[in-house]
Amino acid sequence: MSGYNFAYLDESTKRMIRRAILKAVAIPGHQVPFGSREMPLPYGWGTGGIQVTAAVLGPADVLKVIDQGSDDTTNAVSIRAFFRRTAGVATTESTEAATIIQTRHRIPERPLREDQILVYQVPIPEPLGRLEPRIAETRRMHAMADYGLMHVKLYEDIARHGHIATSYSYPVMVNSRYLMSPSPIPAFDNPKMDQMPALQLFGAGREKRIYAVPPYTSVKSLDFDDHPFRPIRAPHACELCGSRDTYLDEVLTDDVGGRIFVCSDTDFCSERQAVKEAAE
Amino acid sequence: MTSPSPRASGTTSPRASGTTFPGFADPVLDAQASFRAVLQAMSRPGQVQRVPDLPELPPGLSPAAAAVLLTLVDAETRLCLRAGPEAAAWVRFHCGAPLVTAGAAQFVLDREAALPALDPGTEEEPERGATLILEVASLTEGRGWRLTGPGIRDEHRLHVGGAPPGFLADWTANRARTPCGVDVILCAGDAIAALPRSVAIEEG
Amino acid sequence: MYVATKGGERAIGAAHAWLDETRRGDPSLPELTADQVQAQLGLAVDRVMAEGSCHDRGLAALAVKQSRGDLIEAAFLLRAYRTTLPRFGASVPLDTNTMAIQRRISAAYKDLPGGQVLGPTFDYTHRLLDFALAAGGHVPSGAPEAEASREPTPRVTEMLAREGLMQREAASEDEPGDLTREPLSFPADRALRLQALARGDEGFLLSLGYSTQRGYGGNHPFVGEIRMGEVAVGFTPPELGFEIDLGDITVTECQMVNQFKGSRTEPPQFTRGYGLVFGHGERKAMSMALVDRSLRAAELGEASDAPAQQQEFVLSHCDNVEATGFVEHLKLPHYVDFQSELENVRTMRASVEAAK
Repeated sequence: MSGYNFAYLDESTKRMIRRAILKAVAIPGHQVPFGSREMPLPYGWGTGGIQVTAAVLGPADVLKVIDQGSDDTTNAVSIRAFFRRTAGVATTESTEAATIIQTRHRIPERPLREDQILVYQVPIPEPLGRLEPRIAETRRMHAMADYGLMHVKLYEDIARHGHIATSYSYPVMVNSRYLMSPSPIPAFDNPKMDQMPALQLFGAGREKRIYAVPPYTSVKSLDFDDHPFRPIRAPHACELCGSRDTYLDEVLTDDVGGRIFVCSDTDFCSERQAVKEAAE
Repeated sequence: MTSPSPRASGTTSPRASGTTFPGFADPVLDAQASFRAVLQAMSRPGQVQRVPDLPELPPGLSPAAAAVLLTLVDAETRLCLRAGPEAAAWVRFHCGAPLVTAGAAQFVLDREAALPALDPGTEEEPERGATLILEVASLTEGRGWRLTGPGIRDEHRLHVGGAPPGFLADWTANRARTPCGVDVILCAGDAIAALPRSVAIEEG
Repeated sequence: MYVATKGGERAIGAAHAWLDETRRGDPSLPELTADQVQAQLGLAVDRVMAEGSCHDRGLAALAVKQSRGDLIEAAFLLRAYRTTLPRFGASVPLDTNTMAIQRRISAAYKDLPGGQVLGPTFDYTHRLLDFALAAGGHVPSGAPEAEASREPTPRVTEMLAREGLMQREAASEDEPGDLTREPLSFPADRALRLQALARGDEGFLLSLGYSTQRGYGGNHPFVGEIRMGEVAVGFTPPELGFEIDLGDITVTECQMVNQFKGSRTEPPQFTRGYGLVFGHGERKAMSMALVDRSLRAAELGEASDAPAQQQEFVLSHCDNVEATGFVEHLKLPHYVDFQSELENVRTMRASVEAAK
């Protein structure tokens, strides 16, 4: 796009973001404040992820953008178009072909590789925020690794419901040091973060924080010995590809209780469908 | 109406400002490629990466160290530099960073600066810990130091030719301050490897 | 198949085309020009400049036109443009003492040096719809002309300070922080708080200021002075080393005078709440001054339990571009998380049923 720099951001902004990303990688799970810029897309719509992607992206990259696991949701379409327009990079819907995957609310089903980077859009980076809204206070708690408040909250869940009643944004401990929000991915996706070969970067634009999980790093969902972490998924098979081990969306087909379940990861599902068709 | 003007920042023509040595041939795309090398290095400690070519440089700067400076340092970062007057003039022109003492710097390129003397950040703001850009003689994978920690699946071997004396002892002390500490980018020729504060090093 | 998995790209294109048509409205009517917006909807333009934190009347007018009159959307457009501009440095502090005054009132004194100047105000108009304006072709009746004076007009707060009755602000030569480049960290100093309030949403600050008057952190305010007019913007380029005049901008300044009972180290005196906004924005400047003063509660040793006295609360929520983005992002699909909540609630119900 003429009139704007490659990938929209000016070079001094990119340097500032790049410095923040490197410190985030060096301190796994720690939220690094950064001078988040006003982007031409609204706050809460992926401005953090977009700034991280813009600082990382180069002409050799192949970019995939998903929202709710799908490449064709409107906001994913809009962000992909933004980078096509401002950076002229190749885009793809294939998880396998992508070098950078920007995501909102999901981790792809296909295991990621060492040569890939996963960029998460993060609305609320502070895992303790719902228990303690004051940033000055949560910063102190992270400094002391004082996470008793979160354990108490989870324990209250168990006392009341018999299990931990958190089904997404389920907090994780990174490298046994920092409590981190995995962003609002379903708890089903949490185990994929542990020892992932790909670099995971997290951008929160409105809250002005960047954090990271390096490859092959321990990421553990908080739990108790007698109440181990339990990822939730709908107990069904995908109507389209038959998968029984992927995360499913529930789709209402009529107003009298008719419903089907389909893979939320549309690329994974269509690949499986293609394999199935080829076999038939 | 006003329309946005092109703003590819950085410049490659040093004009009349004390240095005749250029920066990146393509300030935008070379900086991006160089950043990816540094990001890869920091994410996978001890893995050797190559930076974009910088054929003409002032004495005192390896292409790797020069690329790291051009990629990360600017008027908004405090730099401690000891690499000779020509390198200083080059950095002044291309990066414009305010020069400070080692203890006050965010980025340090100074063989004499010891790890314990650099800013480790604070418990609340460990990201303020300095980055040390360290020129060494050679970087070879597959032998030498045994690295473990985040970014490394089992272990990674890196031989560093010409590391400063006492570096490993200083590193152990640096790592003990976690999450505070200093992160190191090792530079040799056009090769870099990084040692984030989280990595453990044993003599191989 | 019932499950639609394609069409997002086409749908977005069609929606944008429809928006474009809707913006234009009835094509048999003449198109509104940005110049007309700038000249005739000047207070909308001023508000967009203030909340967009970018002083450019032409661009602000364009943003109002492009946003169909949605002023938060317009401020967002202007901000997204502003953020791409290079930053040359900080201007020298504005000297509102030498403002070319169009309006200047004090509620603390009946008369004072420099006089009371009502200026172009709605204050004493009767709010009756003027059907003559609807008919068009209206010619303004013509206000009496007076020569604008650039003689300094002394500030009320300064006159009080000379008498030792008004706390003086500490002067600083330091360049203030820039919250558009460095994220706020708490506690934020007063310069940064004022910066955040100056960009903050007028409605939010109005309500917060109002809450202090109704007892949620009251601070006994008097309008020491409100002044509106043109001030010169000076800048000292490092390569020149001397100050140059970049031109004049219109600003509104409000200084609230507030009671202070004194502390162990400070005698009883008045303290100041300060507001300054681009353009003619009196409601905003007054609200800002009220909130500025209430955010000083902790510093002045006063109780600070009201919402308007809590800086994390105020500063984290006063920005309408941030707020509108995050509220409106709830429109984006959340069905992945909703699905996990559905399963969660079903599981909880099943265990309740089983326990019966």
